[in-house]
Amino acid sequence: MGMAADSEFHVLAVDDSIIDRKLIERLLKTSSYQVTTVDSGSKALEFLGLHEDDRIHQNTPSVSPNNHQWRLQEVEVNLVITDYCMPGMTGYDLLKKIKESSSLKNIPVVIMSSENVPSRISRCLEEGAEEFFLKPVRLSDLSKLRPHMLKTKSKDHCKEQVDEKTAFPSPKQEGKEEQQQSNNNKRKAMEEGVSPERTRPRPNGITSVV
Amino acid sequence: MDLVQLQRQLVEYRTSLYHEGFLDEQFTQLQELQDENNPDFVVEVVSLFFEDSERLLNELTKALEQQSIDFKRVDAHVHQLKGSSSSIGAQRVQKVCIAFRNYCEEQNVEGCLKCLQQVRHEYSLVKTKLESMFQLEQQILSAGGSIPM
Repeated sequence: MGMAADSEFHVLAVDDSIIDRKLIERLLKTSSYQVTTVDSGSKALEFLGLHEDDRIHQNTPSVSPNNHQWRLQEVEVNLVITDYCMPGMTGYDLLKKIKESSSLKNIPVVIMSSENVPSRISRCLEEGAEEFFLKPVRLSDLSKLRPHMLKTKSKDHCKEQVDEKTAFPSPKQEGKEEQQQSNNNKRKAMEEGVSPERTRPRPNGITSVV
Repeated sequence: MDLVQLQRQLVEYRTSLYHEGFLDEQFTQLQELQDENNPDFVVEVVSLFFEDSERLLNELTKALEQQSIDFKRVDAHVHQLKGSSSSIGAQRVQKVCIAFRNYCEEQNVEGCLKCLQQVRHEYSLVKTKLESMFQLEQQILSAGGSIPM
């Protein structure tokens, strides 16, 4: 393959449901992302290298059983996608912790939830979440992720594309039905186009993301 | 039965599962995520759903047998079951879970017990049907055919 900068984006997916972890992993891999899944917010923070409190130092095995390389922060995470409703640390709590951390706050965070609660959605967006997806998440939803990851990829390359892509409006979930319909069209385009080559940033505009 | 007949039978069976509300669009999404590189994806996810649901049904039974029922706990389990059934497209199971959660909120024991019975029933139905469907798929593959979409 090309240089490391040639971009495979790495997504950290957080969900306490084993079924949903399997699903989101497949969705993300189909979209050509590298994926790590964890089953809790505290494990997510561990993986991100944030050793905030004693809770994190547990007996339970960490994410990668015998691999401690990630503690040295060799692993770059380009986006965190997390379930909202989780026991212990909720997705919202995780979002807050990430945004409050000087080392992690630039990582885009996306929230997923099975419940369409407008106040929940606005709270998350206000706290800095880039997107709020209703479950079950679809392939077409994931096409919204790339612009957020491109924005924060190493600033020394692809800067021209990054600038073009920052003008991305936040979705309003009230119009979900309309979105679903246009998503159906997007989904077709997405599926036809999915291949490793798509991970290379393109020189033209936003339309190429779809 | 020859290959073409098997394939036709599968398509008819699958269509009926959608018509009868056992499966919804989300199940189609799962199938679309399966490909030559991940040929067992659907079976794997559905197997996880079976294991997880059985665990949850046992937890629910235990929780509702208690002298003093912890409705929050019951609701938490139903919420999980609702989520996982929704994720695989098991529509009828999901619908019962919605009613179940309402009874939890009302702290209605009888309602909860009825829903538990119903959800067990719906779960067992969809499990049987999915297993039959997977068997048909296996027969087709063993006969050298491909699974019609």
